[in-house]
Amino acid sequence: MSEKHLPLWEVFIRSRSGLAHKHCGSVHAADAEMALQAARDVYTRRGEGNSIWVVPSGAITASDPADKDELFAPALSKIYRHPTFYEVPDEVGHM
Amino acid sequence: MATTSISFSETPLLNLTLRRADDALILGHRLSEWCGHAPIVEEDIALANIALDLIGQSRALYDYAAQVDSSGLTEDHFAYRREQHQYRNCLLVEQPNGDFATTIVRQVLFSAFMDLYWREMMKSGDESLAAIAAKAEKETAYHLRHSAEWLIRLGDGTNESHARAQAALDELWICSGELFESDEVERSLIDAGLAPDCGSLQESWQNRIQPILREATLKIPSTPFMQSGGRCGRHSEHLGYILADLQYLQRAHPEAVW
Repeated sequence: MSEKHLPLWEVFIRSRSGLAHKHCGSVHAADAEMALQAARDVYTRRGEGNSIWVVPSGAITASDPADKDELFAPALSKIYRHPTFYEVPDEVGHM
Repeated sequence: MATTSISFSETPLLNLTLRRADDALILGHRLSEWCGHAPIVEEDIALANIALDLIGQSRALYDYAAQVDSSGLTEDHFAYRREQHQYRNCLLVEQPNGDFATTIVRQVLFSAFMDLYWREMMKSGDESLAAIAAKAEKETAYHLRHSAEWLIRLGDGTNESHARAQAALDELWICSGELFESDEVERSLIDAGLAPDCGSLQESWQNRIQPILREATLKIPSTPFMQSGGRCGRHSEHLGYILADLQYLQRAHPEAVW
């Protein structure tokens, strides 16, 4: 399959109103409309979603795995950033 | 094999139900032949999805046919235990898959018609048919959207994809006229408000097809001749091969369940 004619698209599905779109995989497609349809056919066959985003994979800027120490290790020792010291009122709903 | 065929009295309502059921079953079977063979895996799944929608529609319709018949026959009897001349599907749906363009053209012509048909059927005085139509219409609207987008890309794509799409349209066009025939069998049901008049849908169908073909840079063939016969059991040679495949198990092991 030619990546030039059928580039890769990343697929994000929102399962319920109010929740965020979540990355669930990728599809090959010629353009945005066909990518949307491919995503619908491949990833929502079991009623997984009620909204789909497709994004050209090339439009995503990703962090370099080699940078993981400098990017992520400093957060590991800062337990006070976890909001475990607060009680979230029920009215807030999904966070 | 003939010994295990069913016999039944084909009232207009049963005949009409079988026409819709057979269209869905035969096209669903045709599309299932693509499984594992489509050009890309995404489309393999898309065609299988459409096939499953259609087979699901046929099940609901055969189940209703069994209720209308009310002699103890089941959906499986209607699907698998009739002779070729008892099948009521149109000729379009039994045409071979050909290349991908042929499959897509067949789907556009059929889905554009069925979407209009189901929309009208939702107003039927027959509650069962109206309910089946309401579910089928949503599925069919997507079948049309999917196949129309493909046809636009094939027709307005490369020289080769354009040539293949035009050849497919030239070949299948003569099967499109049969969709709009409404004969004596349907007349009484149309007059009673139980079924749409297929003939009345032709103009809306053309209004849907024409912009798609225009965008796809495809030309409607000028031949006025239209092939027909499927609704009264005069089928092309292709249906026999489909039925041999489809009916093998129930013919070899009547009443088999699993």
